Amino acid sequence: MKLVFEKSVPGRRAVRIAPTNVPKINIRSDLLRQKPANLPELSELDVVRHFTELSRRNFGVDNNFYPLGSCTMKYNPKVAEHIASYPGFADLHPLLPQLRMGGMLTQGALRVLHEIDLLLREITGMAEFTMQPLAGAHGELTGMMIMAAYHREQGNKKTTILIPDSAHGTNPASAAIAGYSVVSIPSNDSGVMDIEAVRQHLNDDVAGLMLTCPNTLGIFNPHVKDICDLIHSVDGLTYYDGANLNAIVGKARPGDFGFDIVHLNLHKTFATPHGGGGPGAGPVGVKKKLVPFLPVSVVIKRNDGTYALQYDRPKSIGYIAPFYGNFGVVLKAYVYILMLGKEGLCRVAENAVLNANYVKERLKGHYRLAFDRLCKHECVFTISERMAQNGIHAVDIAKALIDKGFHPPTVYFPTIVKDAMMIEPTETESKETLDSFIDAMIEIAEQAENEPEKLKTTPTTAVVCRPNETIAAKNLNIAYL
Amino acid sequence: MVIEGLLYTKDHEWARIDADVATIGITDYAQQMLGELVFVELPDIGKKFAGHDELAVVESTKAANDIYSPVAGKVIEVNGELESQPELINQDCYNAGWICKLQITDTKSVESLMDSKQYEEYLGGH
Repeated sequence: MKLVFEKSVPGRRAVRIAPTNVPKINIRSDLLRQKPANLPELSELDVVRHFTELSRRNFGVDNNFYPLGSCTMKYNPKVAEHIASYPGFADLHPLLPQLRMGGMLTQGALRVLHEIDLLLREITGMAEFTMQPLAGAHGELTGMMIMAAYHREQGNKKTTILIPDSAHGTNPASAAIAGYSVVSIPSNDSGVMDIEAVRQHLNDDVAGLMLTCPNTLGIFNPHVKDICDLIHSVDGLTYYDGANLNAIVGKARPGDFGFDIVHLNLHKTFATPHGGGGPGAGPVGVKKKLVPFLPVSVVIKRNDGTYALQYDRPKSIGYIAPFYGNFGVVLKAYVYILMLGKEGLCRVAENAVLNANYVKERLKGHYRLAFDRLCKHECVFTISERMAQNGIHAVDIAKALIDKGFHPPTVYFPTIVKDAMMIEPTETESKETLDSFIDAMIEIAEQAENEPEKLKTTPTTAVVCRPNETIAAKNLNIAYL
Repeated sequence: MVIEGLLYTKDHEWARIDADVATIGITDYAQQMLGELVFVELPDIGKKFAGHDELAVVESTKAANDIYSPVAGKVIEVNGELESQPELINQDCYNAGWICKLQITDTKSVESLMDSKQYEEYLGGH
């Protein structure tokens, strides 16, 4: 397929601008560009066809099953999109609440921001949320900045953050950007952060802990409360990475485990679009003692029942995002939570866990399970010994799935499992869909053991089959101009 | 492939000790696990490292990994070839794919390393 620039024909255009009687003015020559901008020249139909063709090459959860582990690619209900497109929400100018009388025109939007805060407090057991972080990793950084602000106020000179070796790479990155050094804690034979190893690394330098629970192997750490207590014993703070909240939402609350700071991925657990369809949102919730450090602004409800933005928080870490975060995303999550209600949210976790265990049980004779035990929302497989002898790797299984019409699972992560294939079905998939995926995986497993050469040539049906990843990484060129 | 005469770490680095200089690289097992390398971040010459400090970073199409210093020492030379040809580590990890040379500052840190036989046994568990 040609790039839009390559389709350009000099002089072609979509609209002819009508003659105008606005007088011409001369712009200073030093303000003018020296060369005309290299923009494609196309008709409206050319442009429509170009982008329609691109959209057909896209693969989303609206196309088929998308079991990308740790990403919670659940279905995004269309009613949330519909409500977010209401002009009263979609056409609001972000500066409006700060203008005189503008508050009156934005009461609905401010109420959404206030009420989702209350809902998330109840779901997680935290004292207050900020809706501002624009993504999960941004939430992590915000959380770590709050942690640093707390220790500064306490006069604590702490330098390290404990993070398990199964963590998402964003955890150590966020801790490092916030100025901490990272100590990686190994997992034990059960696939969870080893409490004894936490004990060994515990000292007065420890500022805190970042933990994803259940972790990236889909396993819930039974010692999570004891681990939080240990960290608290040295005046450290505990951070809950909410990436995998889908496994426990409505069933258990990170605040009750003993976590001081929590981030949630609205684009995972609360069904807003993501994965190239973003943007995301990563609200951060904190316990009472950390509330003064939350970013500004904060939406408050006045005594007369109206809503306003509050900026007077002297201990706040300040601004972390323009305006109020990705409001449209927050709104969609708000709709989702109200639509499901308490009963619905509980069933999210139940069915997400049921689906993952169903996939795990049906596939475990065909692939090797990294940890053969009850899982939560996702399960991690690796290749069988015979596949390894045949020179088959996780990437070959993933590529073969594309020919079967499925999005591959996450591969090569978590890094503690060799040739990892991390499958997260989510609760929104039916048994029929799961069965068709499992059948495809079983067919591929048989091929990997008996006809490995054929498998290595897959996918044959995709527009782009096996791009050279080494060249792509070494000679990255993402700009045509 | 494990080479006799080199010393090894549990994180799959190797060290060739020559008087008070240690040449550092990653093992064949490590390069196989990482797959094709696309980037190597070398340490600065003159920088000092304790044993098991983060010395360098290697990145493949699959993952980015820290390389830990097998011994305590000061960087006296780096393999600049790797900046344009990280694949040297895949092609020849024990020779042309060396990463850097450290002047050993603490000879005790050498004692904890494995010899080739111990490392082979250690790999057996993987």
